[in-house]
Amino acid sequence: MSEAPTKTSRTANAEEIARFSAMAEEWWDPNGVMKPLHKFNPVRLGLLRDNICAHVGRDPNTIEPLKDIEIIDIGCGAGLLSEPLARMGAKMISVDAAQNNIDVAKVHAQQSGLEIDYRCGTPEMLADEGKQFDVVLNMEVIEHVDDPQFFMQACASVLKPGGLMFIATLNRTLKSLALAKIGAEYILRWVPAGTHDWRKFVKPSEMSGYLRGSGLEMVDITGVAYNPINDKWSPAPRDLDVNYMVIARKPAA
Amino acid sequence: MHDQDVMKTDVIILGGGLNGAAMALSLAHGGMKSVVIDFADPKTILSANYDGRTCAIAAASKSVLEVIGAWKNMADAAQPILDIRIADGQSPLFLHYDHADLGDAPLGYIVENLVTRGALYRAIAENDLIEMLAPARVEDIARDQGGMTITLADGRAVRAPLAIGAEGRNSMLRDWAGIKTYDWSYKQSAVVCTVKHKQPHNGLAVEHFLPAGPFAILPMTENRCSIVWTESTDLGNYLVNLDEETFTDELHRRFDGYLGDLEVIGPRFCYPLGLQHAYHYTDDRIALIGDAAHGMHPIAGQGLNMGIRDVAVLAEILVNARRLGRDIGSIDVLAEYAQWRRFDNTVMLAVTDVTNRLFSNDIAPIRWARDIGLAVVQKIPPLKKTFMSHAMGYAGTLPKLMQGKSL
Repeated sequence: MSEAPTKTSRTANAEEIARFSAMAEEWWDPNGVMKPLHKFNPVRLGLLRDNICAHVGRDPNTIEPLKDIEIIDIGCGAGLLSEPLARMGAKMISVDAAQNNIDVAKVHAQQSGLEIDYRCGTPEMLADEGKQFDVVLNMEVIEHVDDPQFFMQACASVLKPGGLMFIATLNRTLKSLALAKIGAEYILRWVPAGTHDWRKFVKPSEMSGYLRGSGLEMVDITGVAYNPINDKWSPAPRDLDVNYMVIARKPAA
Repeated sequence: MHDQDVMKTDVIILGGGLNGAAMALSLAHGGMKSVVIDFADPKTILSANYDGRTCAIAAASKSVLEVIGAWKNMADAAQPILDIRIADGQSPLFLHYDHADLGDAPLGYIVENLVTRGALYRAIAENDLIEMLAPARVEDIARDQGGMTITLADGRAVRAPLAIGAEGRNSMLRDWAGIKTYDWSYKQSAVVCTVKHKQPHNGLAVEHFLPAGPFAILPMTENRCSIVWTESTDLGNYLVNLDEETFTDELHRRFDGYLGDLEVIGPRFCYPLGLQHAYHYTDDRIALIGDAAHGMHPIAGQGLNMGIRDVAVLAEILVNARRLGRDIGSIDVLAEYAQWRRFDNTVMLAVTDVTNRLFSNDIAPIRWARDIGLAVVQKIPPLKKTFMSHAMGYAGTLPKLMQGKSL
């Protein structure tokens, strides 16, 4: 198993892991350090639920709209997305490269009475097991990895043919440098300074390249914008300048 | 206690009154389970002389009751209010609301609380998503990071991510959470009774502002009216204890021939009036609705309507949150409820408080001013329509259930 450490170091940067581990325990406090993510979460959950339901032909306005859909949440953190998806009925396997995040996530899921299969690791570990999923979530992870093309290929390998992948990330524009990096980290103090490395942000054109290189088709790309007047996030289909989400599909075999 | 002995549900509702019962049905309409806990035996509650009160059910509240399946059980016993006449003392100037000014629908309905509760309970009995634990006494309330656990005196326990306090003014859950209230006594009481009368009321509700407070004649089915007679606390106690003949004479003096011969039927009640407003409507894993959050002067007949609006708003927020898989007891979900309702309720409490203070006196300049005020409102149709919309419950941001829509 001489290959494993190399792979880990290629998809999960050690410094990044340490930084998030320090924050993990505070992740679940809606008014804590992850306040912006908690505020952002309902919009993301709505986009995920509605797109998955449209893809499989279900009514999203039910109590368990994602019942029995198999989802892998890559870079799950403390489970901010995994828990709501599990409540919606999805069968979750959630992975994170930081053991501390997984520990926090497990404790919290038990408190919430939810069954989620949390594992410390990377997507290629599950690929080695031969597991594939209906949906792959790749949310705010790609801007933290060292080799995005390799990471995207690993993610694509665990997606079933005909399945959907969701990728959320930050665009590398002057606006994102001003808002997401300098604004959010240093001025508003929404996230701890040093959370993001702007140089690793991904332009939509680069994203297209990574998808093609992994055998995926882009289905949709949509922006998510913050309105400082009412302190709310909402989908903004044409504004890809800062936060954006890509929906990709793996062609049926 | 073993884990399997704990009953698990989506929401625990403390208090099975009108608001608590409507809350359970609204959540069930959105597919959510609930357990309702009440100390009183439903059989006692539904017996005839438990509650002599009636409620004005505004058109928007009726929509909620229709959508959640209770209205069909009470429609026959609901008296439509077709006109409202507001008069001040002996002044010839008055304000008249005619439902035809706003279309065909009645302005609202007068229904006995007993009828409303019976209608709600029948709908609950037919609903698999609602479990009613009554009579049951709460022994212990506990909160941890994952939810609320309520233990009953008989040893049963219920657990849910959220508990709703719907127990009225003396809310146990509110006090347990340490949520304080702003309290104001009016030193007034409402004497409530039902009269049978000779002449038809034609669906007219009369609110007569007398110096001691408002005297309301609310039309009921079967040629009956409900009287809500506000007096000072001392006089209120005196009136309920009068012999029947003297009391009826007092009523005749105030009716002044309206509706012909009157006969008091059933018991008389005397309720102290006061305003109460909780400092917060929510706490971690706790939400308050109805009188547990805001008890008000019954002057505008808005008490139940405010409660039903709490129910409609909270149900919409919780069902939406649950469909997104969010933790419905988390403070960020509950904050949406508090923000939506608190402003509305504060305005309504202030308006009724000021109206009561303005009308419950006989100081000449104030009397002239309010008479002219009533006449002015009467003469300006847009202003009148605004007031009427308020009375019908259509003001503010309407939750879906109040628009008659499904969640």
